[in-house]
Amino acid sequence: MWGTWIVVASVAYLGLLFAIAYYGDRRADRGRSIISNGYVYALSLCVYATSWTYYGSVGRAASTGLGFLPIYLGPTVMVALWWLVLRKILRICKQNRITSLSDFVSSRYGNSTLLGGLVTVIAVVGIVPYISLQLKAISTTFNIMRSPEPTAAASAQDVPLLQDTALYVALLLAAFTILFGTRHLDAAERHEGMVAAIAFESVVKLVAFLAIGCYVTFVLFPGLDGLLDQAAARPDLARLFTFEAAGGYTTWLWLTILSMLAILLLPRQWQVTVVENVDERHVKKAMWLFPLYMLLINVFVLPIAVAGLLTFGDGGTDADAFLLALPLAAEQPALALLVFIGGLSAATGMVIVETIALATMVSNSLVMPILLRWGGALVRRQRLGGLILGIRRTTIVLVLLLGFVYFRLAGDALALVSIGLISFAAVAQFAPAILGGLFWKGATRRGAIAGLVAGFAVWFYTLPLPSLVHAGWLSPAFVADGPFGLGILAPYALFGLAGLDTVSHSMLWSMLVNIGLFVCLSLAARPDPAEHFQAAVFVDVLTRPREGADARLWRGTAAVGELQGLLGRFLGREGAREALTAYGARTGADISPGADAHANLVHHVETLLGGAVGSTSARFMVASVVDEEPLGVREVMEILDETSQVLAYSRALEHKSAELEAATAQLREANVRLQELDRLKDDFVSTITHELRTPLTSIRAFAEILLDNPDLDGQQRESYLRVVVEETERLTRLINAVLDLAKLESGGSQWRLETVDVRQLLETSSQATAQLFRDRQVTLELELGEAVPAVKADRDRVVQVVVNLLSNAVKFSNPITGRVRLGLQVEDGAVRVDVQDNGPGIAVADQGIIFEKFRQGGDTDSGRPAGTGLGLPISREIIVHLGGRLWVDSEPGRGATFSFTLPVADERSAAAMGAETEC
Amino acid sequence: MSERSRTPRLTAAAALALLLFNYPFLAVFDVDVRVLGIPLLWAYLFTAWALVVALLAWLVRDI
Repeated sequence: MWGTWIVVASVAYLGLLFAIAYYGDRRADRGRSIISNGYVYALSLCVYATSWTYYGSVGRAASTGLGFLPIYLGPTVMVALWWLVLRKILRICKQNRITSLSDFVSSRYGNSTLLGGLVTVIAVVGIVPYISLQLKAISTTFNIMRSPEPTAAASAQDVPLLQDTALYVALLLAAFTILFGTRHLDAAERHEGMVAAIAFESVVKLVAFLAIGCYVTFVLFPGLDGLLDQAAARPDLARLFTFEAAGGYTTWLWLTILSMLAILLLPRQWQVTVVENVDERHVKKAMWLFPLYMLLINVFVLPIAVAGLLTFGDGGTDADAFLLALPLAAEQPALALLVFIGGLSAATGMVIVETIALATMVSNSLVMPILLRWGGALVRRQRLGGLILGIRRTTIVLVLLLGFVYFRLAGDALALVSIGLISFAAVAQFAPAILGGLFWKGATRRGAIAGLVAGFAVWFYTLPLPSLVHAGWLSPAFVADGPFGLGILAPYALFGLAGLDTVSHSMLWSMLVNIGLFVCLSLAARPDPAEHFQAAVFVDVLTRPREGADARLWRGTAAVGELQGLLGRFLGREGAREALTAYGARTGADISPGADAHANLVHHVETLLGGAVGSTSARFMVASVVDEEPLGVREVMEILDETSQVLAYSRALEHKSAELEAATAQLREANVRLQELDRLKDDFVSTITHELRTPLTSIRAFAEILLDNPDLDGQQRESYLRVVVEETERLTRLINAVLDLAKLESGGSQWRLETVDVRQLLETSSQATAQLFRDRQVTLELELGEAVPAVKADRDRVVQVVVNLLSNAVKFSNPITGRVRLGLQVEDGAVRVDVQDNGPGIAVADQGIIFEKFRQGGDTDSGRPAGTGLGLPISREIIVHLGGRLWVDSEPGRGATFSFTLPVADERSAAAMGAETEC
Repeated sequence: MSERSRTPRLTAAAALALLLFNYPFLAVFDVDVRVLGIPLLWAYLFTAWALVVALLAWLVRDI
């Protein structure tokens, strides 16, 4: 009955996953993605936590204390470097439609088929044990759950083949993966439904682990403190508290480095991190959520391990199974079931993503290139899309069955963690080729191939091969004394290097030969043109313009129709037509079947195909329909050098020309101003000359008369002399005014700022001009109203302005009927003074002119000007200097109102004016 | 913080994390003492880890 429940729960859980994946795919088809946010992205990355994390960490903690931790600390270090590394990889993959790890490596080194195949083989060989580990976990835990004697571990080999749960689990997972991983051929290789399911699984395993952690620590035991007190009392457990149990610092460091590489290079991590990434910005969120998840899922590992050791002692129960054994022993079947489902989600998530990633690699980098070269009839078929999907589905089933076979054969020989570390060390071999190729343009294909082959060989010899001894396939002497008794070749102590744990030892030697060969061979020869070009594309991806330059490398001829036909074989006729139409609409290129395809279009088709069959095969297929002229080293070098030089030059030129433009604009402006000033100066000089000549002429004329006629009668003489004196006075006034204005304009005049009562100032001014008003018989009305706030101003200057305005008003008013009103009011924080007359008024056209020097409104032609023509310009200068405004309102025939304002004195404006005065 | 300074700061954070999670800091905290009942080394590692996560969250915040 209990067994049935477990099966029902497991199947129900997998059914739920199907439902989520199905919903995710449906939403994606409708363009409303449910995975397009940073949280789902971060959760999907947590596929890193497999059943190894889930069950294996506790197992490792039970024997090594903190020793399980570097596997999770490493990724935390690596995510900090994602900003440097992952952004680059994402950009490259999006631009070049790279959909797998192998495709990335092959593409980086000039579309090398050999390299792509090599990476695929290493990945499959390295990962199959890891997949088998997951099957083992599911199978073992299922047996523990089902077994009537819960603490007795059931051995995998005891179960007949057809009753082995692992077989059915493998088949069920294959079905799931095929359904959601290879539904259709997508150019971007993204599987939204699958990602949604994986994110959900991440939540389930975290919740389950935290639940059992809390239960064990706080219910089974009296809290963390109490639990650890009990452990501290036992010397064999107390050693877990210190570093001693975790092994050496070297091992710790190697494990950290190993997991740093694994988080990027494991095919499943590459799949969720790079291929399934929807938006580069999601990386930011994942950079702290992902390590946070790792932290949370590891918090209870040590307490559970200690609790397991306290409960079960040393005998019987495998520490890897503590997680289940504890709730079962406490007779909490529901909790045990939750833990089991959590473990199931950890294992299934890993298996699904890993097999999809491997299937893409196998079909794109291994099978397709072989078929294209030697496949003959198979490849000439019209529809290749179905063939590729078929290859992938077969691969998925094969990989899972391989995992199952490995599980049946290797069985219980190794703990969960050991198998996982072997896989980590395998994928770490990709690091020099990928990370090196990402930052070093000089890396070559030969270096990468040699490094990979040698690193892989050393890995195989030092890790999986000796582990076969545990399975009984090799004699223990092979490990102890080396092959044929050659101790120097002993796989766990190569060249006599003993004292390291097996993983550190293997990593040390394999990385040494891998990096050594990679660097030395790369330095030994220059990269060939294709490599050189790809190197630049990869290394400079963040600084290069997004599209374009690539197509320049291609030079050949192809008809659009041929390309469409080629595309149609993968994407279907409709798909191909749509893709080309979309391209035509976007770029405006001619996409009629007969037209010659532009190099950019050929490149576009190649990237589209690249998504489906991998870049190497895509290149091969495109080459089959176009007449391509090979490109020599020199041409590539020229294009590259040219491009970079031209870019540099053009940037420098742009900069210079921008500077020049700015300078030109300034010059032009200055020139205009100078011309204006020159014109003004000419005007000024001619006007002033004219103004000076008028009184001079009359003085001279009268003086000559007096000189020529010494016998003029006294009265006549006196009147002539009076004219001379008046004209001289006028001349003096004029010269004074000109000097005054020049001083004002040059800023050289002295200002005495003081607090001025405007009301009193106006009274003074009106008294000063009273005689003028009386002479002309013009009435002056004072409307000074209430007291107004004081202003900060130069008293004499303001009086000068008011007197000037009043005398102007008198001048232009008719005797007897003339009325001038002097008004004072407060307006918007300023004091406003109005001088209103009922004279002839000023034409609108003249209202601007009267403020110009020597320009007078009204009757300029009617003989002698009535003033110097400088009064208003000077007044305006004064008022503007004091922070106010002077203007006129007038309509011809209705008089004119001259008004000015002065800002009311407050602390600030007073200070500002003070500062202005000083400078 | 400008976009430009993000890369060097995060790279420095990675170096800091690698340092905190390894020798010699591990050796410094490898003392048989319990803080609030928790062995010092455990407490140190998890605290350092949490601090690194917080630092990362701060460094990648939207600006």
